[in-house]
Amino acid sequence: MYVAVKGGERAIRNSQELLAEARRGDAAVPELAVEQIRQQLRLAVDRVMTEGSVYDPDLAALAIKQASGDLVEAVFLLRAYRATLPRLGYTEPLDTARMQLWRRISATFKDLPGGQVLGPTYDYTQRLLDFSLEAPSGAAHAVEAGAASPDGVPRVVDLLNDEGLIEAHVPAAGDPDPVDLTREPLTFPASRATRLQNLARGDEGFLLAMGYSTQRGYSHTHPFAGEIRHGVVEVEIVPEELGFAVPIGEIALTECQMVNQFAGSKSEPPQFTRGYGLAFGHAERKAMAMALIDRALRAEELGERGEAPAQSQEFVLSHSDNLEASGFVQHLKLPHYVDFQSELELVRKMRKQA
Amino acid sequence: MKDGRYNFAYLDERTKRMIRRAILKAVAIPGYQVPFGSREMPLPYGWGTGGIQVTASVIGPSDVLKVIDQGADDTVNAVSIRRFFQRTTGVATTERTAEATLIQTRHRIPERPLTERQVIVYQVPVPEPLQRLEPREVETRRMHALGEYGLLHVKLYEDIARYGHIATTYDYPVLVNGRHVMAPSPIPKFDNPKLHMSPALQLFGAGREKRIYAVPPYTRVESLAFEDFPFEVQRWDAACALCGSRESFLDEVVTDDRGGRMFVCSDTDYCGERQSGRAEAA
Repeated sequence: MYVAVKGGERAIRNSQELLAEARRGDAAVPELAVEQIRQQLRLAVDRVMTEGSVYDPDLAALAIKQASGDLVEAVFLLRAYRATLPRLGYTEPLDTARMQLWRRISATFKDLPGGQVLGPTYDYTQRLLDFSLEAPSGAAHAVEAGAASPDGVPRVVDLLNDEGLIEAHVPAAGDPDPVDLTREPLTFPASRATRLQNLARGDEGFLLAMGYSTQRGYSHTHPFAGEIRHGVVEVEIVPEELGFAVPIGEIALTECQMVNQFAGSKSEPPQFTRGYGLAFGHAERKAMAMALIDRALRAEELGERGEAPAQSQEFVLSHSDNLEASGFVQHLKLPHYVDFQSELELVRKMRKQA
Repeated sequence: MKDGRYNFAYLDERTKRMIRRAILKAVAIPGYQVPFGSREMPLPYGWGTGGIQVTASVIGPSDVLKVIDQGADDTVNAVSIRRFFQRTTGVATTERTAEATLIQTRHRIPERPLTERQVIVYQVPVPEPLQRLEPREVETRRMHALGEYGLLHVKLYEDIARYGHIATTYDYPVLVNGRHVMAPSPIPKFDNPKLHMSPALQLFGAGREKRIYAVPPYTRVESLAFEDFPFEVQRWDAACALCGSRESFLDEVVTDDRGGRMFVCSDTDYCGERQSGRAEAA
């Protein structure tokens, strides 16, 4: 005789205990410290901070540890925590021209003021498994870094701007404050500021695939990597009681300025247009993909035919968030007895009639 | 029982106020989807975050909470959500529909008729009834604004032309207060008549899609149909194997690998009451 399944509560508790055990792994192997993750898995930490929309390497490292290295799960943990934090204020706009550079490259000019700074990157390595890393290797050889220029290094787009060859993006007088996408729902059509917020916290894999699609004929935008820069920028706020800006710390960023061809329109001469990407920490793949999509999403504004998926605001922005996507895809694991029963009855009815 | 490190019902008071404002607007325009600033909750999107946010915004210390999924109190997600509210509010919980003041549900409406002193909160995966026919939100909002629902009727007509009957069995679209077409969430169409003129306040929360809508008490809710093809609900040849009911929604349970089947009530409280004879007493 069928007995209704009881004891869901106990089963869930047991499952959670099994999870804790699986997370720890073999107790004979030393436990991973959060500080080790922060130091030695820094790119994972950067991705979790970017998509989690919180600049806090310690919390991101903790989330990665708790999620057993599942980065989308770690983003989830960080976002849920973020939702409980009070909003104390808003910073002044960041000035990335004053970034203390760790890396800066341009694919459009061989040399330029500030030079090409290669910095720490996998780009010029051969992807051969390095078996020497199987054993602890001790401290790496210290490299002498070039002297940082205190006033920063001009951005490539600003150099092009001197000639008027690239569109200027000067905020109009009375330009409204951007909507905070983490407080207000996304509505369509979305402004560029809103779109960039959405892309900045969007899933790197999704952005990569959408950006890639623009290079394969689904909205060709003729992109050049005008500049990619990575380094630290000072963050400032204006406390009400002071009335002037004070620095509260610095954050590491990756910025990508994509330069795209534009044939001109009735009102605009032929010139270069821009796509923009920005991410916390070191995340060039993300920043570049974001810049490609940003440009593709400007199709309507620039009077281009917009039929490709990457040009559709609703398609891109509604599906970029990995929390929403992961949750809804995996909700199919939840019981659907009732709906399935309804469909079962329908299929039987249809077969009877056929 | 309550975890003191979080605010009552998890959300901070300003967020609750924002959600209550959205709820008030939703009540004022029955069936209209109100956008709201949905927050990331500690449960995944698609697992009831909209319902949880609505419940968190209306729950008070004196409420008695019931949480069901597929009509049952003991399914994994119902257990998880009930524990979440026990932990963050410390309110009393119940499995008895009659005792609850606040019911959060996924995919069912309890068999026992609801009363004026009850609020029912539905978890909604897809709030837009037109989405499967028109994925672009800019278009669907325009269609709602103009009351242009021809597309839905065409879909129902095509079903009839092809199969001889309407082939939608759950999340069956309804017209609320003669104005807005609404997705009732994936309840079986068996439950649709319970939406009509219900004495209880009915609130719908879609967290991932960031929409809230409502059906105030005693509001007309009609399932879409045609004069010559009226709306019909599912009927079973069997009765519940546990309580003998022929009136309730039945789940089919596979009992062996030789085609053995039995049917039992999906509403576990209703079934339990009938088995113990409590229904007459209550």
